[in-house]
Amino acid sequence: MKYLCLIYAEEAAFGKMSQDDASKMMGEYMAFTKDIQASGKYVGGNPLQPTSTATTVRVRNGKVSTTDGPFAETKEQLGGYYLIDAKDLNDALQVAGRIPGAKVGSIEVRPIREM
Amino acid sequence: MRELVDRTYRDDSRRVLATLIRLLGDFDAAEEALHDAFVAAIERWPAEGVPANPRTWLVSAGRFKAIDQLRRRAAFDDRRAEIERQLSELSHQEPVITEDGDIVDDRLRLVFTCCHPALSPDAQVALTLHTIGGLTTEEIARAFLVPAPTLAQRIVRAKNKIRDARIPYEIPEHSDLPERLDAVLATLYLIFNEGYSATFGESVTRSDLCGEAIRLTRLLLGLLPEAEVMGLLAMMLLHDSRRAARSSSDGELLLLEEQDRSRWNQEQIREGIELTERALQSGPAGPYAIQAAIAAVHAEAKRAAETDWAQIVELYDALLRLGASPVVELNQAAAIAMRDGPERGLERIDRLLARGELASYHLAHSARADLFRRLGRTNDALAAYATALELTTQEPERRFIEKRMATLRGH
Repeated sequence: MKYLCLIYAEEAAFGKMSQDDASKMMGEYMAFTKDIQASGKYVGGNPLQPTSTATTVRVRNGKVSTTDGPFAETKEQLGGYYLIDAKDLNDALQVAGRIPGAKVGSIEVRPIREM
Repeated sequence: MRELVDRTYRDDSRRVLATLIRLLGDFDAAEEALHDAFVAAIERWPAEGVPANPRTWLVSAGRFKAIDQLRRRAAFDDRRAEIERQLSELSHQEPVITEDGDIVDDRLRLVFTCCHPALSPDAQVALTLHTIGGLTTEEIARAFLVPAPTLAQRIVRAKNKIRDARIPYEIPEHSDLPERLDAVLATLYLIFNEGYSATFGESVTRSDLCGEAIRLTRLLLGLLPEAEVMGLLAMMLLHDSRRAARSSSDGELLLLEEQDRSRWNQEQIREGIELTERALQSGPAGPYAIQAAIAAVHAEAKRAAETDWAQIVELYDALLRLGASPVVELNQAAAIAMRDGPERGLERIDRLLARGELASYHLAHSARADLFRRLGRTNDALAAYATALELTTQEPERRFIEKRMATLRGH
């Protein structure tokens, strides 16, 4: 079964990170990605540009409205994701707990609805 | 015959359900199959005789009924392919129902699934009482003072999450077991506490929660004889042993020192102490075993004045070494006051309150008030009781504080 692991963290804190810390984090992510690829559980995953680059699209009464944002109203923002193939929720939570971002932010684990 | 079926339902329906959930992979389908199996038993046992092993009979009857159901649904459901896949899986799988191993495992699987940390604590409690305890949603709703539809909704949502997020029906692996067991014990303790803290002047149903929590913990201990399960059961039994003595004839709350100890349930005390000793002997003491030991020290004192406060203070130290908790520190301060005098206790409580965490905790203020009272500082005592009164939400507590204040003013 597939699960989407959404990585939330404080974007502001990320920006203030020192060069050393940032490259350490990057290294951890690369190691983790390699590791779940080897385990066969990796389906996909990417980091995202900050919320300042986000645009929201809505269609109401046939009219498209495009707005800037959403801007950070909550403390933590979506910063990236992994799509994984896991045996069950316990297995997925196990993988999510190893995502480097779990140590500073939080990971939301959502089962994929198979259509 | 009807009586026999009823008794089988009472004794065995939860075990049969646990196995059916594993076989059918779905809580609702299993409940339906369980119901159908008992209907079949009522129809067939009188003519065919009671089977040698009623439980195994019920499991296979339930499974056949579920297969029937699926076949019927497959005929006019648009999700035919999915149903047919389920059907073939179900028909080809041997129903593994060896008497001991699997059935014990199924009940443990059920416990760990109902208390999975991916479910909210409220949902864990409701699902545990409903599925493992066999309580109806109405009974649980009454016990927790929530409307029945809210409670039913909670159970439905939990079952849906188990299905949709695929919470596995399994006993956690060895490495995860301590953490997952903690979640189970916390749920059982929550059920007990809900009953224990609200027994006064409430419906009997609420105190039944204590009995239900004890029954479920006893069941868990039979399945998984771990030290902390023993500790939790011991603690529940030792607290519950005082139930008859905890309130006066007019329904007022009585403190430990005011209780008529001859009304304590000696049977529960004996079992509680024995379990506490076993828990403490089987490795490093966990928090439930230590709390049971504290309750055991109280239980062993024939009169309040004979309480071994020095030992209780030490046990609180042991408990605090396992994890910092301001409430535990408050309880320890009260024990220190008993061991070394009210001044020493007051110093501790004042230091605790200065840290801020307990500032709005009514029991901290009433403990402080009680120490002032014992020192004869009536005005300080009244002021502290007044603060406690503002913060408390429970009616029996409120009446208790008001009574204390009236007595002090009378002096």
